[in-house]
Amino acid sequence: MDNIAGTKSTLTWVTNISVVILVALWVFPTLGLFVSSFRTTDQISTSGWWKSLFPSEQTVTLRTAAPDTQVQDGPLFVIEGALLEDGQDATIRSWGISSRAVDAFVPGEVAELRKGGTISVMANGRYRMEHSAAFTGSRGQRVFLGTTVAPEFTLNNYRNILFDPDNIEGMSQAFFSTLTVTIPATIIPILVAAFAAYALAWMEFPGRALLVAAIVALLVVPLQLALIPLLKLHLGIGIGKGYLGVWMAHTGFSLPLAIYLLRNYMVGLPRDIIENARVDGATEYQIFTRIILPLSFPALASFAIFQFLWTWNDLLVAKVFLVDATGETTVMTQKLVELLGTRGGNWEILATSAFVSIAVPLAVFFTLQRYLVRGLLAGSVK
Amino acid sequence: MHPALQGLSIIIFGVTACVAYFALSNQIVDKVLFPPRGPHAGRNINRANLVRPWLFLFPALCAVGVYLAYPVVETLRLSLTERVPGGGIQWVGFDNYVQMSKEPKFWEALRNNILWLLVVPAGATGFGLLAAQLTDRIRWGNIAKSLIFMPMAISFVGASVIWKLVYDVRPADQDQIGIFNAIYMFMGGEAPLTWLTMPVWNNFFLMLVLIWIQTGFAMVILSAALRGIPEETVEAAIVDGASPMQIFFKIKVPQIKTTILVVWTTITITVLKVFDIVFTMTNGQWETQVLANYMFDKLFRANDWGVGSAAAIVIMVLVLPILVWNVRNARNEMR
Repeated sequence: MDNIAGTKSTLTWVTNISVVILVALWVFPTLGLFVSSFRTTDQISTSGWWKSLFPSEQTVTLRTAAPDTQVQDGPLFVIEGALLEDGQDATIRSWGISSRAVDAFVPGEVAELRKGGTISVMANGRYRMEHSAAFTGSRGQRVFLGTTVAPEFTLNNYRNILFDPDNIEGMSQAFFSTLTVTIPATIIPILVAAFAAYALAWMEFPGRALLVAAIVALLVVPLQLALIPLLKLHLGIGIGKGYLGVWMAHTGFSLPLAIYLLRNYMVGLPRDIIENARVDGATEYQIFTRIILPLSFPALASFAIFQFLWTWNDLLVAKVFLVDATGETTVMTQKLVELLGTRGGNWEILATSAFVSIAVPLAVFFTLQRYLVRGLLAGSVK
Repeated sequence: MHPALQGLSIIIFGVTACVAYFALSNQIVDKVLFPPRGPHAGRNINRANLVRPWLFLFPALCAVGVYLAYPVVETLRLSLTERVPGGGIQWVGFDNYVQMSKEPKFWEALRNNILWLLVVPAGATGFGLLAAQLTDRIRWGNIAKSLIFMPMAISFVGASVIWKLVYDVRPADQDQIGIFNAIYMFMGGEAPLTWLTMPVWNNFFLMLVLIWIQTGFAMVILSAALRGIPEETVEAAIVDGASPMQIFFKIKVPQIKTTILVVWTTITITVLKVFDIVFTMTNGQWETQVLANYMFDKLFRANDWGVGSAAAIVIMVLVLPILVWNVRNARNEMR
C-alpha cells in the first residue's frame, strides 16, 4: 500500500513520529525503574533517573592540603596535590576560590590568593599553590570546582538483593518460592485440559454443547468468588496454606481458559486425519496421544506461556492460599508489596527487587512472543 | 522436604497420575468392560463410546466443579449467613447486604468501579486501536508493537512499583525524581503534587496503570482484525477520494466492530477484578477503594465473611451480563 494514490509522504512522517512518541510513552516508565536499579541511593534521591543517562554538571566545594604540608622549592613555598580522588571519572570545567564567583577561572589559569601567593588548578584536578613566604593558618584553601561527572552505574543493588545471604530483605528465597509455585501450576492444567478439550472437540455425546457453554461461562467468573469457600475447604480437609493448595487453586482457576483455547484449536484440525485413524482401528487414546497432542503443540505452547505469566505475576491467589505467618513461602509479588510498605522511599531496593521479579516474564515474553500473540488471537477473536 | 524438591515430586507425581489415569481407564474400558469382540461386540463399542468422553472429561470437570462452580454457590450461601462466635453459621437473610449498603466505603468502591469501567476499557481500546492502525503502516511496526505490548508481561505489582516511581514526590526545594512532578515543576508548578492522595483524581492515576498494561492486548487483537479487512473496500474508498481519516473511521472501524466489542468486554472483565494495583498503590485509601479490594479488606482484615461474600456477589452480578452475552455468542458459533 506504499505507493498507491492517497498515501502521502507527509502522512508517513506524521505516522512515524506518532509511533515514536507512543512507544516512548510506553517504554519510559519501565526504563525509569530499570535505570534506577543501577544507581546508588544518593544518586536516586538527588536527581531524576533521566538525568543519569547524560554527564551531569555539579559544583563541589573542596579544600587543598593544609599549610603544614608545604615544601620549599628554591625561593618559593609550594603546596601541591590532587582535588579529585583517583579513579573519579570527572573533568573540571571551571573553578574558583570565592563563594561569590565559583566559576571565575578555567583550568590552567592562575589566581591570586587573598592572603598573598597564587594557586592554579588543572583539568585533571591537580593544583599547585605558590608563595614567596610561608603559608600560614591551619586549614587549606577552599576551592570550588565546576565538574562534569560521567554517567555512573553500579551492580551493587543486584548483589545485595540477590546474592547477599545475610540480607533478610533479599529476593533469592522469594524467587525460588515463585518458581516452585509456577512450574507445577503450569504443567498440570495443560495435561488435564488437553484431554477434556479433545473430548469436547471430537467426541459425540449428549450434553456436549451444554458443557462448552458452561466452560465459556466459567471463563469470566471472578476469582474473588472462589476465595472464601476454597480457603474454608482447604482448611477443612487439612491442606491448609501451602504449595499444594496454591497448585490446586491455580489448576482449577486456569482450566476454563485452557480447555477453551485448546478446544478451539483442536476443532480446527483436519477431520480426515482423525477419521482415517479411527477407520484404521486406532483407539481414541492412541489418536489423542499420537496425533492430536503433537499437532496441537502451538496451542499448548500458547497456553503454557499464558499460565506461566499469570502464575508468576499473581498476587491474590498466593496471598490467600500460600503465604502464611512464617513468611517462608513468600512469593516475589508479595515481597514487593511488603517492601513498598516498609521501604517506600528506598528506590534502589524497590527498583532492583521489582526488576528481579519482572526479568523472567520479560525474557519469556520477548523470546516466545509469537506463541503469546497466537494464543491471544485464538482466545478472543473466535 | 525442600520446596523445590516437593515441587519436582509433585510435577512427576501429577503428570504420572494423570497419564496413568487416562491410560488405565481407557485400557479398562477397551479390554475389560466393553471389549469390541465376542457376541456383543457392536453393543460394547457403543457403550464404550458412551463412557469414554466422560473418562476424558472427569479430572477437568472435577477440578472446575470444586474450584469454580461450587464456590459460586457457596459464596452465595455464605453471603446470606453470619458466623456465630464459637463456630457454626447462622442464616441471616439479606442482613449482610443491608449492612454493606450502609457503609460509605462500599458506595465509594462501587462509584470507583463504575469510573474504572467507563475509563479503562475506553482508554485501552482507544490507544490500542490507534497503535494498531499506526504501527501497521510503518516499517519498524513489529518492534514498536512488541514494545507497546511489553507491559502485558509485567505483573500488576511490578507495574505498581514502576508507576509509583513515576508519581513520586520530593519536597519542593529538592530535585523531583518522579517524572510527573519533574514535568509539573518544569511547567511552573508552585509545589509538587502528591498525585496519589488527591481524591477523585488519584483514581485516574491508578487507571492509567491498567490502561498502560492493557493497551498492548487491545493493539495485538485489533491489529489482526485490521489486517483481515478486505483490501478492496479500502482501495475503493481511496479511488472515491476518501481522506485517511474517513477511511479509518468510516471504512475500517465499522468492519472490525465485533472485534472491538470483544476487546472491550475482555478488558471490562479485567477491570471488574482489579485488585493488585489498588492494593499495592493506595490500598483503597484517599477514596480509591474498589470492590475487589473492599472485599479482600472485609475478608482478611475485618474477618467478616458474610459481608465479604456479599461484595463478591456484587462483582459477580456486574460480570453477569458479559457472561450471558459470551455464552450466547458461543452457542451461536456451535450451531
